[in-house]
Amino acid sequence: MGDISLVTVVFMLPLAGLLALLILGRSEQHYRWGALATSLVTLGASLLLVKNFDTSVSGLQMVHKVNWISADTFTIRYYVGVDGISIWLIVLTAFIMPLAILSSFTSIKDRVRLYFMFMLLMEWAMLGVFVAQDLFLFYIFWEVTLVPMYFLIGIWGAEQRIYAAVKFFLYTMAGSLLMLLAILWLGNEAHTFSVPEILAQMESGELSFSTSTERWLFLAFAIAFAIKVPMWPLHSWLPDAHVQAPTAGSVILAGVLLKMGTYGFVRFNLPLFPEASKTFAPYIAVLAVIGIIYGAWVSYGQKDVKKLVAYSSISHLGFVMLGIFALNPAGIQGGILQMVNHGISTGGLFLVVGMLYERRHTKLMSAFGGIWQAMPLYSGMALVIVLSSMGLPGLNGFVGEFTILLGAAGSDFINWWFTPLAALGVILAAIYMLYMFNTVFMGALDKEENKHLPDLRWQELWVLIPILVAVFLIGLQAGFFFKYMDGTVKALVDHVSVMASGR
Amino acid sequence: MTFSTDAQASVIAILPEILMVVLAVAVLVLDVFWRVRERVEIGYVAGFGLLGIAALVWLIGTPQQSGELSDQLVLGGMIRHDDLAQIFRVMVIVAGGLSCLITMGMDRLRVRGDFYALVIISVIGASLTAAASDLIMIFLALETLSITLYLLAGYLRNDDKSTEAGLKYFMFGAFASAFTLYGLSLVYGFTGETNIYRLGRVVSTGGLNDPAVVIALGLVMVGFAFKISAVPFHFWTPDVYEGAPTPITALLSTASKAASLGLLLRFLLAVFPPPDLLPAALDGVKDYSVLWVELAAVLAVVSMSLGNVLALVQTNIKRLLAYSTIAHAGYVLVGVAAISTDKSGDGAAAVAFYMFMYVLTNILAFAVVILFADATGSNEIRDLAGLSRRSPWLALAMTLALLSLAGIPPAAGFVGKFLLFRAAIDSGLVWLALVGMINVIIGLYYYLVIVKVMYMDLPQDEAPIPVSLAHVWALSISSAGVVLFGTVLVSPLLDWATDAAHALYVML
Repeated sequence: MGDISLVTVVFMLPLAGLLALLILGRSEQHYRWGALATSLVTLGASLLLVKNFDTSVSGLQMVHKVNWISADTFTIRYYVGVDGISIWLIVLTAFIMPLAILSSFTSIKDRVRLYFMFMLLMEWAMLGVFVAQDLFLFYIFWEVTLVPMYFLIGIWGAEQRIYAAVKFFLYTMAGSLLMLLAILWLGNEAHTFSVPEILAQMESGELSFSTSTERWLFLAFAIAFAIKVPMWPLHSWLPDAHVQAPTAGSVILAGVLLKMGTYGFVRFNLPLFPEASKTFAPYIAVLAVIGIIYGAWVSYGQKDVKKLVAYSSISHLGFVMLGIFALNPAGIQGGILQMVNHGISTGGLFLVVGMLYERRHTKLMSAFGGIWQAMPLYSGMALVIVLSSMGLPGLNGFVGEFTILLGAAGSDFINWWFTPLAALGVILAAIYMLYMFNTVFMGALDKEENKHLPDLRWQELWVLIPILVAVFLIGLQAGFFFKYMDGTVKALVDHVSVMASGR
Repeated sequence: MTFSTDAQASVIAILPEILMVVLAVAVLVLDVFWRVRERVEIGYVAGFGLLGIAALVWLIGTPQQSGELSDQLVLGGMIRHDDLAQIFRVMVIVAGGLSCLITMGMDRLRVRGDFYALVIISVIGASLTAAASDLIMIFLALETLSITLYLLAGYLRNDDKSTEAGLKYFMFGAFASAFTLYGLSLVYGFTGETNIYRLGRVVSTGGLNDPAVVIALGLVMVGFAFKISAVPFHFWTPDVYEGAPTPITALLSTASKAASLGLLLRFLLAVFPPPDLLPAALDGVKDYSVLWVELAAVLAVVSMSLGNVLALVQTNIKRLLAYSTIAHAGYVLVGVAAISTDKSGDGAAAVAFYMFMYVLTNILAFAVVILFADATGSNEIRDLAGLSRRSPWLALAMTLALLSLAGIPPAAGFVGKFLLFRAAIDSGLVWLALVGMINVIIGLYYYLVIVKVMYMDLPQDEAPIPVSLAHVWALSISSAGVVLFGTVLVSPLLDWATDAAHALYVML
């Protein structure tokens, strides 16, 4: 039996808040503020996690391990911990949630209690995904995230919400079940579902797979994660889900849920199937580059701002995938940082779009123009987020993308000409983002409806300020963030190269 | 082989049945002596009486002194008192108790003492089925279970659908029973044995020629497939489920199924054992287990696929749950197919775990259906619209049941499916697990549609649905079970199920 660790505290806080609200919550106002308070406390606790994090340790820290199900032939544990791969994603989740909750204060008017219950359930499940170190536990949280998101899209979404919600659920679940099959197989072979133990068995040679088995297992995991990322060509659920979801739903989807896919690759595919990772790296890189270009290309063609941002996610996450499968420290670290960056920037963009939508009830770019004159404060903040999303040096997006390209250029597994192609994506991003900014915010304020739009309210200001702070913080102090990943990522890369060359 | 002659052990082995007989008589007596005003509470006597007996069965457990077969076979080998019998008994008795409680939500049935007594008698049949280890006992127990259910299905005489359900169930049931009986008589005729463990020894040392084995196994399986509504013997299921009084539908889909599965496991492993389970000294051992493993795998595939695909197009919630039941019979048969090659007992343990959670989940679902149908007079899925606005807790309970059926964590259904598919993979049946997974996705769709209707559609009527106190009990017990057995209590239940599975492997 392990002592209760801070990790357990962090990810159980939202659940505790949810139960407390169920028992004590009397009015809608209680639920609003209760949810916000819970998420803020969780954020505080996650920062404590950073404070207590020992950067000299490459393995898991603050581990909490208890036997959960011990049968004769297998063991399932409650096994949580944090390391350099997950630490910033946990903080990202805890950072995004209060913003998503605060931004819903005025926009959600129907069934308020249910809504905030689902928000807290969502936060609990997402944190669970990032802290779980047992495949069974991980899979549980992985699936549980689907339930609140299904409701968030289905109840509070736009016109096509039910179609989008069902598509989202079925599409992701279909991929997940293949992963479950692989998890079962892996657990049967290793007689445990705990990843660190499986890795130890692999390193000691107790457990090994034939090349073809390893490849099948890799693919089963990869498809589940690739759907979540989403990688081209498995992305078709994403525009529907994003466009139909309420603002906070899109923020969570883009901010955190998609990262569960890329995180899964780093956490499970690379260490568990090192040989297959190397084999498939070039192919995944191809898909990643196609995703970068395709996402950017389609974004450019959109008339709806929200769709544009949604497709840009495909492009940005292509970068992350390219970095991860460069299979070197620069690529992977850049990939992880870019996960965080994308969460902040794209989450911010969805918030910006949501604020506009709340005022005008349309997301069509043609309905706007010259917004800067009507809402200067809002437009100025939007500009920073747009610039951060397209990777302007000095802001967060640049650091991530630059490091990824550096990693890809130095990779043994990726062709050299992938790097310039991916860099093309950065240019395309500048084109579609500036085009959007130009159409919506610049030009003449010629539409009568737009002339008297009120500028930011306090509550909206409080949503955007933390985003801007994070954008500058990461952009200017990236070294601080990389420092936490160094040890873990280096150990991971070593593990992959040792294990893959050992056969 | 000798049977235990210990009188005390014999009484303890059938103590649950004895108590249930007393309970049935008590209910009938109260029915006569209580006035109508008092009689509305009679369901509590039956319901909590049964739940109390279930708790007692769990407390009694199995004789600790030895795991020897000869100590566990009591009453001349008619009954085997082991963990397998106990876990399945608890399931069926709990199912009976909860069915009695949810009956109290139906005004027409609430005051009928004879209805509760019949439910208790059918539970006695189910409970004996789970423990039977002799051909005679098997048939008697199955018929006690079935005949009372025929009556109960057609209990609402003024309701055409109920009458039709009763008759249909009776016709199909009698037909299937005849098959089973013929199969059993063939086995007896060729071997001269009625105890299944003695039979197993004779059969596997060549006491029965191959064609006779195939025919007997086939005939007996028809009866079992009928009872658990596996394809192609499922035709009665939707009509009977739709027409029968809903508490009986709940009982049919849980107690009757669980008991038959418990017996199926015991019967197949005892009469057609894999050779590794027999003493090594035997010569010329024949392995017939391959036959039923393949049969179970085939039945699993067709039941899962057909049940799920047909459920997609249903508009009536009871019919939808009927087809989902067929699909679930398929999932469980995956576990049956996974048992013989696997000495660890994981397959059988998975089946026991799965049935346990399935009993609670299905009762939970039907409990909501009853309340809803009673308040609105409709079983149509579209009339569930906006249930979450009318009665948020009921909608939540139904969602929990549906998520459990769909196999989404943290409901117990997920752990159940996890264990089943794990056992299948462990036994080398990866393809079967894959077919199962594909079916889970199909199933997910129609369960989600119901959730969608409850949460995302607008209600015609905003009035909350009244919930009686008895229903609150039934809903709380079953939903607590579904959540707890999916999270913190997985381990104790799985341990018990594993003990039950190990009992299966204690042979001659």
